[in-house]
Amino acid sequence: MTRGEPEESAETRRPKRDEGRHRRVEPPAGRAGGTAMTRHVLGTIGRATFLAVVLGFFSLPLLWLASAPFDAHPSITTSLPEFTFGNFRSLLDNPYVVSSLRNSLLQAAGSAVLVVVLAALAAYALSRVRVPGRDALLYVLLLLSSVVTGTAAMVPLFELATRLNLIDTHLGVVLTLSGGLLPAAIFILKDFMDGTPTSYEESARVFGASPLQILRHIVIPLVRPGLATIAVWAVANVWGSFLQPFILLRDPDKAPGAVILYTLYTEGGAPRLDLISTFSLLYSLPVVVMYVFVSRRYGFRFHGGIKR
Amino acid sequence: MSQADPSGLGRARAVGFVLPGLVLIGVFLVFPALWTIYLGLTDYRLTGLAAADPQVVGVDNYTTALGDERFRNSLWLTLQYVLGSAVIGQAVLGFAIAWVLRNRPGPVKRITEGLVLLAWILPSSVVAFLWIALLDRDDGTLNTLLHTPGFAWLLDYPMLSIIVFNVWRGTAFSMMLYGAALENVPPSHLETARLAGASTLQQLRDVVFPRIKGHVLTNLLLISLWTFNDFTSFQLTAGGPEGRSEILPVYIYNVALSGGQLGFGAAISFLVLLINLVFAFVYLRLLRDRRKVVVP
Repeated sequence: MTRGEPEESAETRRPKRDEGRHRRVEPPAGRAGGTAMTRHVLGTIGRATFLAVVLGFFSLPLLWLASAPFDAHPSITTSLPEFTFGNFRSLLDNPYVVSSLRNSLLQAAGSAVLVVVLAALAAYALSRVRVPGRDALLYVLLLLSSVVTGTAAMVPLFELATRLNLIDTHLGVVLTLSGGLLPAAIFILKDFMDGTPTSYEESARVFGASPLQILRHIVIPLVRPGLATIAVWAVANVWGSFLQPFILLRDPDKAPGAVILYTLYTEGGAPRLDLISTFSLLYSLPVVVMYVFVSRRYGFRFHGGIKR
Repeated sequence: MSQADPSGLGRARAVGFVLPGLVLIGVFLVFPALWTIYLGLTDYRLTGLAAADPQVVGVDNYTTALGDERFRNSLWLTLQYVLGSAVIGQAVLGFAIAWVLRNRPGPVKRITEGLVLLAWILPSSVVAFLWIALLDRDDGTLNTLLHTPGFAWLLDYPMLSIIVFNVWRGTAFSMMLYGAALENVPPSHLETARLAGASTLQQLRDVVFPRIKGHVLTNLLLISLWTFNDFTSFQLTAGGPEGRSEILPVYIYNVALSGGQLGFGAAISFLVLLINLVFAFVYLRLLRDRRKVVVP
C-alpha cells in the first residue's frame, strides 16, 4: 500500500498542474469567477482547519509519552520536562520491568520462530503440490482465524491451557498466539511461494538435491522478504497482545510487558508515573522501529494491510 | 506428476510439511471454537461443586442471558461501540483524512499519516495508559486544556470516552484503505465534475463513491469485526463504572474468568463467534471476487 516516492510524486503532480491551468482559463471578473474564488479560499481554510484539528486530536495523547519519561518529576499532565535520563536508570533497577521485557522478548521470538517455520513448510507444500480442496482449506483457515478471536475463545483457551498444564508457562502463550497467527501467515507465504519460479527447483532436483535442501537453499532465499514480513508481523502482534497473556499467566514473574504495565498502574496504589511513562516509551520503541524498517525496506505495510 | 508437483516433493512429504501447522491450528484454534459450543451448554464453574462435576443444562445459559438485564445492556453498549467508534468514527474520519490528503505530498501529509499510524501500531497497554493520563480527573491534560479541573471523564462519560478512544486508536486502517482506494478515482473525472459546478458532496456521491464502493464495504466489515472483538477498553474502564461501559468482550471476561461462571461465559462467547462468522462470510465473499487480502 505504501508506494515508492517517485511513483507518488508522478501521480500527484498531474492533478496539481490541471488545477493551475484551470485557474488560468477562469474568467478574471464577474459573478461566476468571484464565487469560484470564494469557494477556493473557503475550501483551503476548511482543509487547513480540519487538518489542524486532526493533528491536535492525534498528537494530544502522544505528547505525554514524549515528555513524561524525561521529566524528573512527572505528573499526569503534559508539561515541559525538567530534562533527565534518570527515569530510565530507575526503570532498569526495577526487577519486574526487566523480567517482563525478557518475557515479552521470549514470547514474541518464540511465536515468530514457530509461525515462520510452520507457515513456511506448509505454504511451500501447498504451493507446490496440487491437493484437491487446497484453496477451500486455506479460505476456511483464514476465516477461522478472524472469527475465533481471543474474545470468542477466552473460556476454552483458558480451559485448554489448564488441562494441558500450560497455565503460567511461556509455551502456553506462544502456542495460543501462534495458532491464531498461523492461518494468515500460511496464506500470505503461499502467495510469495506461488510467485517464485519452479525451474530452479526442477534443475536442483535433477542434480539430486533433497526436498529439504531445495527448500533451504533455493526457496527460502527467494522468499526472504515474505519470511521477514511474517516474522515482524508476528513479533508486533505478540508484543502488543494483552488478553491472552493476561488470562493465561497468573505469575507476575512470567508476565510480558503489556500485562506488567497494566498492573503497574492499577494495583500499585499510587502509580509510579516515572516508571510507567518511561516503560511505555521503552515498550513502544521496538514496534515503531520494526514498522519503519519494514515499510522502508519492503515497501508495504504490515500489521493490518497487505494488499496484492 | 511433474505438472502437479514440479519440485518433486511428493504427496507424502507434502502432507508431512503441512501437518505440524495444521495440528497447531487444530488444537489452539479449531478445537477451542468447537469446545465453546459444548461448554456453553453446561453449568461449568471455575470453583465449587459445578467445577468438579459440570452438568449439561442445555440452552439454559442462553435463556438466562436473554432474560438478564446486564447482558442486554452489554449488547446495547456493544452496538453503540461498534456503530459509534467504527462505522461512524473510524470510517468517516479515516475517509476525510484520506480525502483531504489525497494528491498533496509533502511534510503535512507525512506528519499527519505518521501520527495517525502511530496511534495504531503502539501496544494496547501503552495507548490505554496514554488515555488514562489524558482523561485523568485531577490533573489530566484534557482537563488542564479545557479548564475543567476535577472532571471525571472516565466515570461520568465512560461510553463516550472509550468510543472516542477507539476512533483515535483505529482510524489509521480506514485512512490507509481509503487512501489506496482514492487512487482508483481518475483526477480528470473529478476535474470534469468540478468544472460542471458540482459541489464537493456531489463529487463524492456521484464520482468517488461508485468507484470505491467495494473498499467501503470491505472497510466497514473489517473494522466492525475488529471493534466488536476489541478488548482494549478493558484497560481503560474495565467495564465500569457499574457496567456502564461493559461491552461484550469485557462482559465475557468479567462473568467467566473474573466471576467464575465458565459455562455461562462460553455461551456468550459462542454468540460472539456466530456474529463474527456472519461478518467473515460476507467479507470472504468479497475477497473471492476481488483477490485482495487484508490481514488482521
